[in-house]
Amino acid sequence: MDKKKQLELSRIANDIRIDVIEGVYNAGCGHPGGSLSMADVMAYLYFEELRIDPKNPKWEDRDRFVLSKGHTAPVLYAALAERGFFPKEDLKTLRKTTSYLQGHPDMKGTPGVDMTTGSLGLGFSAACGMALSGKINNKDYRVYTVLGDGESEEGQVWEAAMFAAHYKLDNLVAVLDWNGLQIDGPIAEVMNPTPHDEKFRAFGWHVISICAHDLEAIEAAFAEAKTVKGKPTVIIAKSVKGKGVSYMENACEWHGQAPKEDLYKVAIEDLEKIAESLK
Amino acid sequence: MADKKATREAYGAALATLGEKYDFVVLDADLAAATKTGVFKKKFPERFFDCGIAEGNMVSVAAGIATTGQKVFATSFAMFAAGRAYEQIRNSIGYPHLNVNIVGTHASITVGEDGATHQCSEDLALMRTIPGMTVISPADATEAYAAVEAALLHDGPCYLRFGRFAVPDLTAEMSDYKFELGKGVTYREGSDVTIVANGYMVHLALEAADILKAEGISAGVINIHTIKPLDTELLTKAAKETGAIVTAEEHSVIGGLGAAVCEALSETCPVPVMRVGVQDTFGRSGKVPELLEMYGLTAANIAENARRAIALKK
Repeated sequence: MDKKKQLELSRIANDIRIDVIEGVYNAGCGHPGGSLSMADVMAYLYFEELRIDPKNPKWEDRDRFVLSKGHTAPVLYAALAERGFFPKEDLKTLRKTTSYLQGHPDMKGTPGVDMTTGSLGLGFSAACGMALSGKINNKDYRVYTVLGDGESEEGQVWEAAMFAAHYKLDNLVAVLDWNGLQIDGPIAEVMNPTPHDEKFRAFGWHVISICAHDLEAIEAAFAEAKTVKGKPTVIIAKSVKGKGVSYMENACEWHGQAPKEDLYKVAIEDLEKIAESLK
Repeated sequence: MADKKATREAYGAALATLGEKYDFVVLDADLAAATKTGVFKKKFPERFFDCGIAEGNMVSVAAGIATTGQKVFATSFAMFAAGRAYEQIRNSIGYPHLNVNIVGTHASITVGEDGATHQCSEDLALMRTIPGMTVISPADATEAYAAVEAALLHDGPCYLRFGRFAVPDLTAEMSDYKFELGKGVTYREGSDVTIVANGYMVHLALEAADILKAEGISAGVINIHTIKPLDTELLTKAAKETGAIVTAEEHSVIGGLGAAVCEALSETCPVPVMRVGVQDTFGRSGKVPELLEMYGLTAANIAENARRAIALKK
């Protein structure tokens, strides 16, 4: 990845983080932590990886994206808005009664949302269904999904993992956001789902481990996934929950709450400082 | 005497025949031999996908398939399709209103010897609560076949319920029969009471009407194969004309046909309604005829409840 592209994607990721904070702050609630942790991955997906057309969100041959950890809808909406699926100013309507930006993704109401999610585990299975349908109908689209590490405590995640390997869904890539925290505390204390790499390998997946904030590594991982035949790929992305906002980083309490005005200002200052450094 | 055939047999036959005409895929969860999707699998192996014993995953996979425009049937026993995977049906299929046909076979008491864990008498109630869900419980093989095709052509999610036990194929003997989603079928007109039945209970409702006729009671018989959307117009007309209703279902009287009829008539034409069905209890192992007797799913019990409904008329 050349420096210019890296800088550009870093700026987009930072804009996405600002959008997340703006959206959650205006809503007065929502899930910033796990949105910020995936901002770099989402920037790469929506600006480099996915074969999509913002003017034709239902394009039949598009790549599909399923946010299986649907509670981090703010990062999906931010990526879609930055990519031009809908106006950025609408992000401020997040979670409002008259908004099409529901608390969790709604494929019927929001341009660019390929699957309704929010109940953990279900999106991963749906992504498998999309990938299987692509195989059945000889389509060359690829399917991408983002899972939470806490989400992997759901049994259905492993039912889906078994299914994807059994049907050799090499057109499916899952990114596992390994931020190490869930609502009740560190995943290792609540219900330890690790080691994910060994588990997925045992389930018949190709496993790639990266840092979720290293754009070069993200690029390399998605490129490697395309070369894998006969099995699905999981990218285990070690991330910092709340990445970019000083007081939210690795802080469990920012899984599912919005900052009040004073802390909102701190968050924006933090992210503007990063924006300055990317100029 | 009409031929006897289980509605699940008709499901397998319908899939295999309609597979020649329509493009759809079929999912099952390791029960293909019992649910009869195996008949389709044999003919169209490239369009059949076993999901293993993982019903929740199967239902969400079906949703994902449907988002791509591919029609799909997801099949298991009623207990595990509607019961175990309820939340997946609600959130992955119902909420985004996707074109998935969820099929639950081996419903309720006529499962027989397998007993209570497998005798789901709550599936129609569960499915009925999901907004936009069409819920169908066909009476016999011919109606089941027609229901499969109607569900395939319907835009939106459907739940179809089929039985394990053979039932007389009365529909095959009706010359002017036409299956229409949401429209009840009038088998017999009456003036004293109307028996409203679906699924396995329809042929018993007709037997009950014969018992009542011998006593000089004129009983109408209506088959409500689509429990949602409910044919409120036909039910209201029956309530107005006969002033008393008996419902008969192989399902819990809570949340099923009896409940749906009461809900509708309480707003359009309140009349006495007696509900024959599983009375807020679990099933048990046994031979089907003995169980039907034990749970009051008989023509005699329908007739008895018809007399009670008539007695309640003001």
